[in-house]
Amino acid sequence: MITRRRMLFLLPAAAIAYPYVLAGTPESAPNYGSAKHWWGMLLQVDKCIGCGNCVRACSAENNVPEGYYRTWVERYHVTGGPEDSPKVDSPEGGIKGFPPSPYTGGKNFFVPKMCNHCVDSPCTQVCPVGATLHTPDGVVLVDEKYCLGCRYCVQACPYGCRFLHPVKRTAEKCSLCYHRITQGLTTACCENCPTGARQLADLKNPDDPIHEFLRTHSVQVLKPHLATGAKAYYHDLDGSVR
Amino acid sequence: MLNVTDDFPVMTYFCLTYKAARKPGGGLPGVSLATFKDAEHIVRLAVASAIVLVIFLLVRAHFIPKSFGQYGHYRGDALAELTAKPIHYAGHQTCEQCHSDVLDVKKMGKHAGVNCEGCHGPQAKHAEDPGAGKPVLPDTKVLCARCHEANLAKPKNFPQVVTADHSGGEACKTCHQPHSPLLAPGEKKKS
Amino acid sequence: MPFDGFMYPNEVELQWSVLIVVYPFLTGLVAGAFILASLERIFHVEAVKPTYRLALLTALSFLLVAPLPLQLHLGRPERSLEMYLTPHTSSAMAMFGFVYLWYLMAVILLEIWLEYRKEIVLLSQSTTGLKRQMYRLLTLGSSNLSEGALKVDDKVGWVVSLIGIPSAFLLHGYVGFIFGSIKANPWWNTPLMPVVFLFSAMVSGIAIVLLIYMATCKLRHIKIDMRCVDTIAQYLLYTFIIDFGLEMLDLIHRIYEADESFHSLNFMMQTKLFFSQVVLQIALGTVVPILTLGFIQIFHVPEKVRKLCYSICGALTIIGIFAMRWNVVIGGQLFSKSFLGYTTYKVDLISREGELIAAGLLLLPFIILAVMVKILPPWPRDEVSAAD
Repeated sequence: MITRRRMLFLLPAAAIAYPYVLAGTPESAPNYGSAKHWWGMLLQVDKCIGCGNCVRACSAENNVPEGYYRTWVERYHVTGGPEDSPKVDSPEGGIKGFPPSPYTGGKNFFVPKMCNHCVDSPCTQVCPVGATLHTPDGVVLVDEKYCLGCRYCVQACPYGCRFLHPVKRTAEKCSLCYHRITQGLTTACCENCPTGARQLADLKNPDDPIHEFLRTHSVQVLKPHLATGAKAYYHDLDGSVR
Repeated sequence: MLNVTDDFPVMTYFCLTYKAARKPGGGLPGVSLATFKDAEHIVRLAVASAIVLVIFLLVRAHFIPKSFGQYGHYRGDALAELTAKPIHYAGHQTCEQCHSDVLDVKKMGKHAGVNCEGCHGPQAKHAEDPGAGKPVLPDTKVLCARCHEANLAKPKNFPQVVTADHSGGEACKTCHQPHSPLLAPGEKKKS
Repeated sequence: MPFDGFMYPNEVELQWSVLIVVYPFLTGLVAGAFILASLERIFHVEAVKPTYRLALLTALSFLLVAPLPLQLHLGRPERSLEMYLTPHTSSAMAMFGFVYLWYLMAVILLEIWLEYRKEIVLLSQSTTGLKRQMYRLLTLGSSNLSEGALKVDDKVGWVVSLIGIPSAFLLHGYVGFIFGSIKANPWWNTPLMPVVFLFSAMVSGIAIVLLIYMATCKLRHIKIDMRCVDTIAQYLLYTFIIDFGLEMLDLIHRIYEADESFHSLNFMMQTKLFFSQVVLQIALGTVVPILTLGFIQIFHVPEKVRKLCYSICGALTIIGIFAMRWNVVIGGQLFSKSFLGYTTYKVDLISREGELIAAGLLLLPFIILAVMVKILPPWPRDEVSAAD
């Protein structure tokens, strides 16, 4: 049942959907049509301050087991010549923020990382049983009741976004807060990013500011040569980032 | 015996053995009783295999989840299950419905883009029942440093301080109002 | 810290353990042993006849154990049958269940049954009690041993062998494809992987049959058929040369191309994988056997020394191929996909994926083989009576 308070807490649109969610048929809810959305994420490297709010929020929202990360933040230190490999660290995924940099000079920046929700995702391709799935609205999810824990998907992900849940013994990854975005909320990481470095993007919604951003800014994806169709769009991404 | 030849796999094996048993270059192409008798054990094996195969297919059909293939090669029900996971962060829109006074202060200041739960933690329980699970007031000494402690990797235009030098251990809120942190013109830095 | 440099935080933990090393090792032995068996059947290499049945039983013993390491490794082993329920056609791994069953039922079991049918029928008449019941069940209720029936067995067996060769290629080539098709991992990602796996499989299969044959002769106090082992050693040398050529081609190609992963992988080979790759796999496991076997081909070596050389070469080959599987599976997980760091693999002695279980899985096929040899003796009839 929906209590009055529950009603208050949910957005009006989400409130309409709630009974359907409870009934296990969210796709038939009148306000959320999965065919009307195509989800991605915009990450602006020049805005990330490495506070770790996104990692903490993700962990709390999704009960991410300690020592594993659905999202994490990396700190890069690039010295100069293209031959030099960058110095990168990500202590505990940045969940407690970052200690002062041991370096001076050079180019220094944070890069938030997460599942790229690839259109041609290698992890979905290799899942032997269909436990990793593409939702009709462009999100890559794991069916934890069906996954057999073979970890082929973990091997296939070029971005290191997957892990085996130590207790459930099934594959686990960023769900793009599917339980939130289908109810009109943004993801936990975006909700809690203080600088707006991460923004959920609905590429099928013509009113989404993402379209204007993509038109007017230079945007990259990670490891484009692997042609995964990544939908985590990075602005101001340095060439050294891998 | 001949009715089993209706079975496709049996037929395949039979053809195979019939061909194999035919003497090279000799005899008329046709199924003689003797040829069949010599291949009887193969037919028996084929029938046994066919039975196993049929049992396998029946068992398989029985165990495939009903909703499998509804949207793609996965359990359709998984979408509903994943959608129904509990929410922990209520979202700033929800907070603002009751705490509009804070919103009024916040939207004028530098922290207009910082959402409530980023500092106050996940409050879905509190939003559902404001009486229970009252949010704890964060310690600004720790909280503010998370973002504003100086770090080489932070964007240059982002306001950052070495807290030890800046405040000497004093809580930030002694001088700054967290919801709108810029100091008023009259309160400009003492030094 | 369990790692050097930078790893993506989720990469620190290795996903595929020593059990996944055991799996392609065992499958390789199956494919190799079967291909050796088919030499006699399809290509009529008379000299290797004494090992024909032994090779078939060896293939079956290893094949029965091959899926166990996979099963033990699964996070949720109780869900493994989903592979048969909803196999994902785009997944290289999903086809394992089907390729495996096809190979087990349609090739190995069928060929063994046809080959042994005469013995099974005779044994079902000469034995008593429970044994008799077992053999009677295996006859499928037909005791026809007429000339025509045996001819049918022979012809069908020939066809099965013929289908068996591409099936053996499929079984192990596809295991290589599981690794070779992962574009995220440059250590694995090469179209040569299935071919390299296939030839290394043949090498290991031939070596294991050679060793088992020599060991059984010793145990049964029977003179080793030198023409047979000489021929097997010859085939071992030939496949070894192809296998080594392919592996070197892969290596040279990587070094010459030197893509973005090169520095990372090169460093790994010179440090973490130096012993298992350069020393065990290449030097001891490949170069030494090739040189020894080649020497025997060119110069006259006394029988006694040849026997010793074959045993040593066989053993080195098996160790080398196991090291090769290790280097592929474990090596492919030691470096970060950011190419900026390395992790380490620590294997426990006693755990579900530990050394003890792995050792058990490597021994189990030999126990199965010992039982199998009791049920279906692979020795020629005159030898059986001579030994008794």
